[in-house]
Amino acid sequence: MSNLILDAEALYTELRAGVQGLWRPGMALMGIWSGGAWLAERLVADLPALGKPGVISSTLHRDDFGARGMAGGTDATKIPYSVDGAHILLLDDVLFTGRTIRAVLNELFDFGRPASVTLAVLVDRGGRELPVQPAFAAAKISLPATQKLALARADSGRFSFSIEEKA
Amino acid sequence: MLNKRNPQLNAHGELVHLLSIEGLPRDVLHSILDTAGTFLSVNDREVKKVPLLRGKSVFNLFFENSTRTRTTFEIAAKRLSADVINLDIAKSSASKGESLLDTIANLSAMHADMFVVRHSESGAPYLIAQHCAPHVHVVNAGDGRHAHPTQGLLDMYTIRHFKKDFTQLSVAIVGDIVHSRVARSDIHALSILGVPDIRAVGPKTLVPGDFKGMGVRVCHSMEEGIRGADVVIMLRLQNERMSGAMLPSAGEFFKNYGLTPDKLALAKPDAIVMHPGPINRGVEIDSSVADGAHSVILPQVTFGIAVRMAVMSIIAGNEA
Repeated sequence: MSNLILDAEALYTELRAGVQGLWRPGMALMGIWSGGAWLAERLVADLPALGKPGVISSTLHRDDFGARGMAGGTDATKIPYSVDGAHILLLDDVLFTGRTIRAVLNELFDFGRPASVTLAVLVDRGGRELPVQPAFAAAKISLPATQKLALARADSGRFSFSIEEKA
Repeated sequence: MLNKRNPQLNAHGELVHLLSIEGLPRDVLHSILDTAGTFLSVNDREVKKVPLLRGKSVFNLFFENSTRTRTTFEIAAKRLSADVINLDIAKSSASKGESLLDTIANLSAMHADMFVVRHSESGAPYLIAQHCAPHVHVVNAGDGRHAHPTQGLLDMYTIRHFKKDFTQLSVAIVGDIVHSRVARSDIHALSILGVPDIRAVGPKTLVPGDFKGMGVRVCHSMEEGIRGADVVIMLRLQNERMSGAMLPSAGEFFKNYGLTPDKLALAKPDAIVMHPGPINRGVEIDSSVADGAHSVILPQVTFGIAVRMAVMSIIAGNEA
């Protein structure tokens, strides 16, 4: 464990304000499975005007399939609105290399042609390997590549972060 | 390193080939069925294709003809973005005297990543799996009388889809069981998934008593075999495998074991009727049953594509 303390609940409040700043009428919310989907769920509970959120999974488009094989979440993608022509606000918990976002964009385009996609994240931890830039990040930190930052959700719905050394 | 006890699994217990359902852990079966459920929903997308096998070459090696199985494997591989090469081996190298392993060595030199193999000899896919390079995967698409694991899995997917839970079911498998690799794969899968009542139904010549050793109840009376069943799996009467006088006539077989509305009435009111195809109307199944409300024969075909996508994507992601 690192000494760095990230207050996920405080960051969620920041994210909620950030999303309200980015939100335009007619937008559609989409959370990346699983952490981003939790955030979308919570945001819609707090701000019902955001409408029913979609959930999207990167699994079928991951570039590390050859090394990792089939991962969980293959059936997670559920989009309750038409993607064609939609302005999508995409949410994730942690932005790292950008590879998940690349995979998710490919998954999204399998359902149609969105008019635009905007990205908001809870934490941008640096370490980008692809040209992916969030429109909003509640926190920007720098973590060594050997550490894994993961969002957890308690039964009560409260968010917390854990930092683990990768095996 | 392949697992010595089960050559389909690697040292971590992950599936690297699919050769037979026999000996597979229950959680491996469930994970294949769960993954298949995902691929079924790919059909609802605008782009009905996912890139998991992009850049991989899948060779369909059919030493024995089968239009349906080969086609569904081809569709499944193409939906996963693989390049598919169909080889009608029955008409090519083997007829020129090339050995099975020489054929495989040549195709491996063409950078094959996966072989889908149907062969009239039981065990041929095992032989290939033992001799191919570590990154190459093998799927058994039917070997002799031994196994047809993807058919067994799609049958399990169909049963789970309509019946949800395996642990309370009575399943009757009816007809030419002795020649049927589908029956053997179904029996292994049903046992592994915890079905308490599996019945093998047919005349003594087609359902020998030694099937009892597989944990099934052997019934030579159709009425006894089908009574109270939740699932009735009819098998095709395999004329081309029938040597010698195992049956008086096809008409006689239909009279005793053909599935008619009268006989189906003995099963549970919500029973489902399955058949691996192709069906022989009026030989093992009456047209009114094959086309009737209990029949799930066509959904089986649709599920078969998703199940084969699941198998191919799971084994392709695991290293030997």
